[in-house]
Amino acid sequence: MTARDDILGGIRRALKRGPLAGKAATALAERVGAHRRNLVPARAAALDHAGRVELFVQMAEEVQTTVARVAAEAEVPREVARYLAAENLPAELVMAPDPALDAIPWEARPLLQIRRGRAGPGDAVSLAPCLAAVAETGTLMLVSGPDTPTTLNFLPDTQIVVLRAGQVVAAYEDGWDLVRGLPTMPRTVNFITGPSRTGDIEQRIQLGAHGPRRLHILLIEDRGAEAEHAPAAA
Amino acid sequence: MQPTSHAFPENARAELGNETLQRALGLARTGFPLRRQQAIERLPEFEALREEGRAIKDHTLAHLDFYLELYERKVIEAGGQVHWARNAEEARAAVLGICRSVAAKTVTKGKSMVAEEIALNDYLEANGITPIETDLGEYIIQLRHEPPSHIIAPAIHLMKEQVADTFRAAHTDLDPTRVLDEPRTLCDEARTVLRPHFLDADVGITGANFLVAETGSSIIVTNEGNGDLTQTLPRVHIVITSIEKVVPTLEDTATLLRLLARSATGQEFSSYTTLSTGPRQPGDLDGPEQYHVVLLDNGRTGLLGGEFQDMLRCLRCSACLNHCPVYAAVGGHAYGWVYPGPMGAVLTPALVGVGEAGHLPNASTFCGKCESVCPVKIPLPKMMRHWREREFAERLAPPVYRSGLRLWAWLAQLYHALAETAGRVLGWAGQGRGRFRALPLAAGWTRVRDLPAPEGRSFQSLGAERQRRAGAGR
Repeated sequence: MTARDDILGGIRRALKRGPLAGKAATALAERVGAHRRNLVPARAAALDHAGRVELFVQMAEEVQTTVARVAAEAEVPREVARYLAAENLPAELVMAPDPALDAIPWEARPLLQIRRGRAGPGDAVSLAPCLAAVAETGTLMLVSGPDTPTTLNFLPDTQIVVLRAGQVVAAYEDGWDLVRGLPTMPRTVNFITGPSRTGDIEQRIQLGAHGPRRLHILLIEDRGAEAEHAPAAA
Repeated sequence: MQPTSHAFPENARAELGNETLQRALGLARTGFPLRRQQAIERLPEFEALREEGRAIKDHTLAHLDFYLELYERKVIEAGGQVHWARNAEEARAAVLGICRSVAAKTVTKGKSMVAEEIALNDYLEANGITPIETDLGEYIIQLRHEPPSHIIAPAIHLMKEQVADTFRAAHTDLDPTRVLDEPRTLCDEARTVLRPHFLDADVGITGANFLVAETGSSIIVTNEGNGDLTQTLPRVHIVITSIEKVVPTLEDTATLLRLLARSATGQEFSSYTTLSTGPRQPGDLDGPEQYHVVLLDNGRTGLLGGEFQDMLRCLRCSACLNHCPVYAAVGGHAYGWVYPGPMGAVLTPALVGVGEAGHLPNASTFCGKCESVCPVKIPLPKMMRHWREREFAERLAPPVYRSGLRLWAWLAQLYHALAETAGRVLGWAGQGRGRFRALPLAAGWTRVRDLPAPEGRSFQSLGAERQRRAGAGR
């Protein structure tokens, strides 16, 4: 008997029944298919969209994420250059090869050196888009794909993420819905809440254990887009 | 690792006299419970979420075969492979087989309690493969050849001076006169030393906090980002996990995630919660080419359908350890195996036998704090009592203890019989006045006051009769 049959058989013996079939199996398959939401905390769900954006920023800053607000996409290059200079970092970064990021007018900052691709060991700063941001805990949601390699999120010391205000959602469940809307389930979904940290030595929190020491968000406030992201029915 | 749980009393005595350990535990005693309390006070729905978390886990366990088969199908659809393992030996063999198939020399590891349970590192080393722990705490204890003393903070028994000594002894190519007096410098040194290992490893091994049946995904929850580097950079990602980690849907997972970080470290959410589904996809620029899941039973099906089933709800958050007065006094190593504290006191006898670990369910004050902080409401004290009963029934308790208990039971019965008789006699004799001015053998009492006459029946016998009547009237 294979280990698989043995384990499944053992489970059924312990539960005093055979394999589930018919109605019982259909009911379980329906439960999975419906993937109904359980209780979603009111903290973010009860807010309107503007409130969720404020809550997101507040929760993100609580865990040492820094947030810079820009009014429009065109201001992103200047803010990136300003941030790197302020942190004493070279004006060099590796960027996700994402068409939406390419549309940003980077030529306005010719001194900013940008390489497109996955991160390597020599990359100090990365810049990537995200799928969504979850207001409830100040959490970014990033997915892997040809345009968004996962190494950008973990190898560089400094991670910069471009977020549009319209991408802020209330709860993780709203994020799952966005993942389900993608053409395929991505290899990796990263929920990121602040920079890397550890409390393993005397429980004193240190940032930058193995992943990024800094997480910086560029929040594009593009107000015109808000209407289409009115609060979703919970 | 070879369990030493049978030596708990001796281990505990030694640890109570270990000054460094007591200082380290002092930090843990206040830190974790305080932060947890602050986090749950910010979430009014926390109690309701606990109830939902319990229900999700109970539902899954009642249909565990269904969800495991669905999970397996989804992993395969995503291009991954599932290796079922009845016991530690089969799990180790599966991991070694995968490593050998790609001629792996080094593997990086994220923190995994299941890997500790099957003693994976020793086995890989014995077979010529170098495992490198990458979680800071795990890395420290690997260098010290120690087991973890806590399920989420493996080096919680150490102070920074000991970590500095450990690093000096291990990192011999660094300047011996360097200053290592702060957690910051120690953390930076580990980061620098481990970075090339992440990049060079042939295989990355992680555990899983949850397995999602709906999507065939494994989830790790970490703060350091080491688990993500471990599973993203090498050619092969192996997830070593156990059957009770499966959860039906992403929505169910969200509920449990809301409970996990708050109960564990008191964070609103850990820095990194990562969902992995299969190997890298066409067009992806990074990620592993192979994705394997080793799915371990190792005695867990034996807990299903019985008095210990509730233990399979455990999320491994460590809240029960962090709030346990016994753990706080003796630390994790005294428990003698992989899982310490209240959850270990219930799980260890199930996994290594009550003969080896019978002391652990006895190492409890029955204060009930563990159950009251458990995010999925596991009745830990009740299950420790079950183990005590089983230990007694299997005649595993020492003879002196057994005869002591028997003598105690006999004395209690004798007391009942005598008290019942005396009560009836006094009740009958005192019927008229309802009190006694004088009684033989009780002058000490009656010299200055009267003794009220008993009603003639004891409280216990009245209670028993009432229950009998209630039973008959139903």
